Amino acid sequence: MSGNDAEQTDDSASESSVEIPAAGMPGPEPDERPHPEGRRNSQGIRIDPEAEAEPRYRTAVVSALVEHEPGVLSRVSGLFSRRQFNIESLTVGPTTVEGHARITLVVEETDPGIDQVKKQLAKLKPVIQVGELDDDAVQAELVVLKVRGDEPDKVHAITQMYEGQTLDAGPRTITVQITGDQGKIDDAVDAFRQFGIIEIARTGQTALARGDTPTTPGEEPGYAESNDD
Amino acid sequence: MSEHARPKATDDSETETSETDTETEAEATDAEPVSTGAQSAIAALEQAGAETLFGVQGGAIMPIYDALYDSELTHVTMAHEQGAAHAADAYGVVRGDPGVCLATSGPGATNLVTGIADANMDSDAMLALTGQVPTEFVGSDAFQETDTTGVTAPITKHNYFAGDADTVGDTVGEAFALAGAGRPGPTLVDLPKDVTLDDTDTQPGPAETPSTYSFREEADEEEVADAARAIERAEKPLLLFGGGVVKAEATEEARRFATEFGIPVATTMPAIGTMPEDHDLCLSWAGMHGTGYANMAITHTDCLVAVGTRFDDRLTGGVDTFAPEAEVVHVDIDPAEISKNVHADYPVVGDAASALEQLEAEMDAAPDAREWREQCRTWKEEYPLAYVTPDDEPLKPQFVVEAFDEATDDDTIVTTGVGQHQMWAAQFWTYTNPRTWVSSHGLGTMGYGLPAAIGARLAAEDDQQVVCFDGDGSLLMTMQELSVAVRENLDITVAVLNNKYIGMVRQWQDAFFEGRQMAADYGWCPEFDKLAEAFGAKGLRVDDYDEVADAIDEALGYDGPAVIDFHVDPAENVYPMVPSGGANGKFALTEDQL
Ligand SMILES: Cc1ncc(C[n+]2csc(CCOP(=O)(O)OP(=O)(O)O)c2C)c(N)n1
Repeated sequence: MSGNDAEQTDDSASESSVEIPAAGMPGPEPDERPHPEGRRNSQGIRIDPEAEAEPRYRTAVVSALVEHEPGVLSRVSGLFSRRQFNIESLTVGPTTVEGHARITLVVEETDPGIDQVKKQLAKLKPVIQVGELDDDAVQAELVVLKVRGDEPDKVHAITQMYEGQTLDAGPRTITVQITGDQGKIDDAVDAFRQFGIIEIARTGQTALARGDTPTTPGEEPGYAESNDD
Repeated sequence: MSEHARPKATDDSETETSETDTETEAEATDAEPVSTGAQSAIAALEQAGAETLFGVQGGAIMPIYDALYDSELTHVTMAHEQGAAHAADAYGVVRGDPGVCLATSGPGATNLVTGIADANMDSDAMLALTGQVPTEFVGSDAFQETDTTGVTAPITKHNYFAGDADTVGDTVGEAFALAGAGRPGPTLVDLPKDVTLDDTDTQPGPAETPSTYSFREEADEEEVADAARAIERAEKPLLLFGGGVVKAEATEEARRFATEFGIPVATTMPAIGTMPEDHDLCLSWAGMHGTGYANMAITHTDCLVAVGTRFDDRLTGGVDTFAPEAEVVHVDIDPAEISKNVHADYPVVGDAASALEQLEAEMDAAPDAREWREQCRTWKEEYPLAYVTPDDEPLKPQFVVEAFDEATDDDTIVTTGVGQHQMWAAQFWTYTNPRTWVSSHGLGTMGYGLPAAIGARLAAEDDQQVVCFDGDGSLLMTMQELSVAVRENLDITVAVLNNKYIGMVRQWQDAFFEGRQMAADYGWCPEFDKLAEAFGAKGLRVDDYDEVADAIDEALGYDGPAVIDFHVDPAENVYPMVPSGGANGKFALTEDQL
């Protein structure tokens, strides 16, 4: 049959497509060819097919020292969304060096995923250095909580328990702030639930390496120049 | 009926590296003093070594064009900004340094987007300069305002919003340098009109990459040593050259490594030509429509030495079945590519040319791969690229590609659109030089071929020929650029492999959608030869085998753009084929094997 007149109907084209393969060079059927079974996992890592390991997710705190220029935050957050990195929180603020900012990211990823997060971040032009913090890093978060003001004494007691501060107390609502690591904040939020939390705002974790270990590799430890004058 | 089956022609004599000289001397001219931001931006381009720009005029970019009026730079006015971006991209691919494209704000900038994304996926060095509304109007939804840096952030290596006239020259220089440095990629500078109009007497400094940007040239010695040991002990080693070999100008080192140690070579599509395809060790390109023998070698190798590739899924198929027996040595300048898609047992971070030289020096012995080389040769015989030409079927597109290859010199540059014709152009032409295959790989952009041919033409040597293989569908996407080729009298030949279908889609519908051909059949196509004549180009039409050679000669001999409308078999399919996510070793040679 001739398939060269596509002005004919669709049928002619689909018919011809059935015939054409027969005209191709015959090759062995797929199952006649050597075809070793899959031997890599979804991350391209060679694995023992008997003991296929499920990828394990963990939480990592990543600190990026960046040039504080317009758009840097959107570049970082855009990177996370377009590469489907799981991000729990992101905080940003200036450092002691003028024109620099520190972005602290909490990510939930597999080991190769965390590796990618760090390498992809490092590729962004405004990013100066990237480091992952050890488990013993100093971490802190701030939460502002607005609860019902029906039981001011009890609210006060719990605020004290978590070494918090009362920011605003009115006839109907009380607003407090608590700081601490993530575990403490989670506990505090739980404790305040009994009063009925009306609104909540959390900053997300920020962190520095413990002692004189630099937070990102190569970063000047502790006594970076002050630019106050 | 005759059979056409062959591994890509084998030439036992080792083909010498022919290096395209792509060094650009940024000569230190006594630059004219600048007086505006626009002049400073143009001075920066001149200083950085740019020579040819591709663009389209418009309100917000007019100050830049005004500065070009007094410049030595050549500007090619394109019909559409997408064409400008593809032309600049291809110009960069052929020359080895960044191509430059220009567009006005708003629609000009958004028209560039496809071309920028294309360059980004293929790591092509390119600089885009876009006009922007004056700074005080930014954010007010002013006429032709688009958040260009916002739109292009995910598809550029980096982009810049020029802040003031005193620094705009340095910013443009930095963007140019960054595009070509390390792993190349597109950069963009958005230029508000007030910034380019403003007075400045600041002469831009030399183009430098930003201080926060760094990459490793030389690889770590320990990494090199570990990799060398792995290669030495391999019994079935396979080199996989990627586009990074082209970018790093590492062709010579790569070929030497392969021949010195007797290691067979497969390439990725962007690396076509890094190893001469008629070389005994060359298995041509691997992947979805790659050669059966390259895919067999990948399936069986025990040590895959991948250089400058990002393991795209069109190459790997499903990663779970990719090179399942292999330890992977991965040489790449971008650490983020190491173990991104395929785990690297032996990462080597560095420039491909340096790393290959280091590896060569570190190798104590060649791997004992005699049997393996024999096996690879056998696969070449067993799974040749093949097509048949039955008398009662229309002209086969593969035949056209072969005829063109025969009629042209080895240094001829091929550009393509995207679809079946692209695959046939890659399969049935024997490439022997890097930077002679210019195509859209990662993004797969229909319409790339013609503007790319224009860019390639302007970058190529005068005696190099440029042939664009296009599909009817792909050509219809950027056909307007023929007006540019005619106006500039560019000597290019466009070979339309016209099947009146968006053929690759039709092939997939037949294979995976039970032949339900929805929106793939044009049923009618304009007469491309007549259309070419209307543009002022030479137009030819071919329906039969016996017209092919003469038409090719006539088109190649014509001094200016020529279009041959080859009416080819609409039912022809591209094989071999590894279905999406499939195993490379299970390529199909016919539809019923899919
Ligand atoms: C801009 C764009 N739109 C859609 C596609 C999807 N697509 C891939 S191949 C193809 C068919 C191409 O047709 P044609 O250019 O005629 O080439 P053929 O496959 O027939 O050789 C299409 C529509 C694409 N790759 N690019």
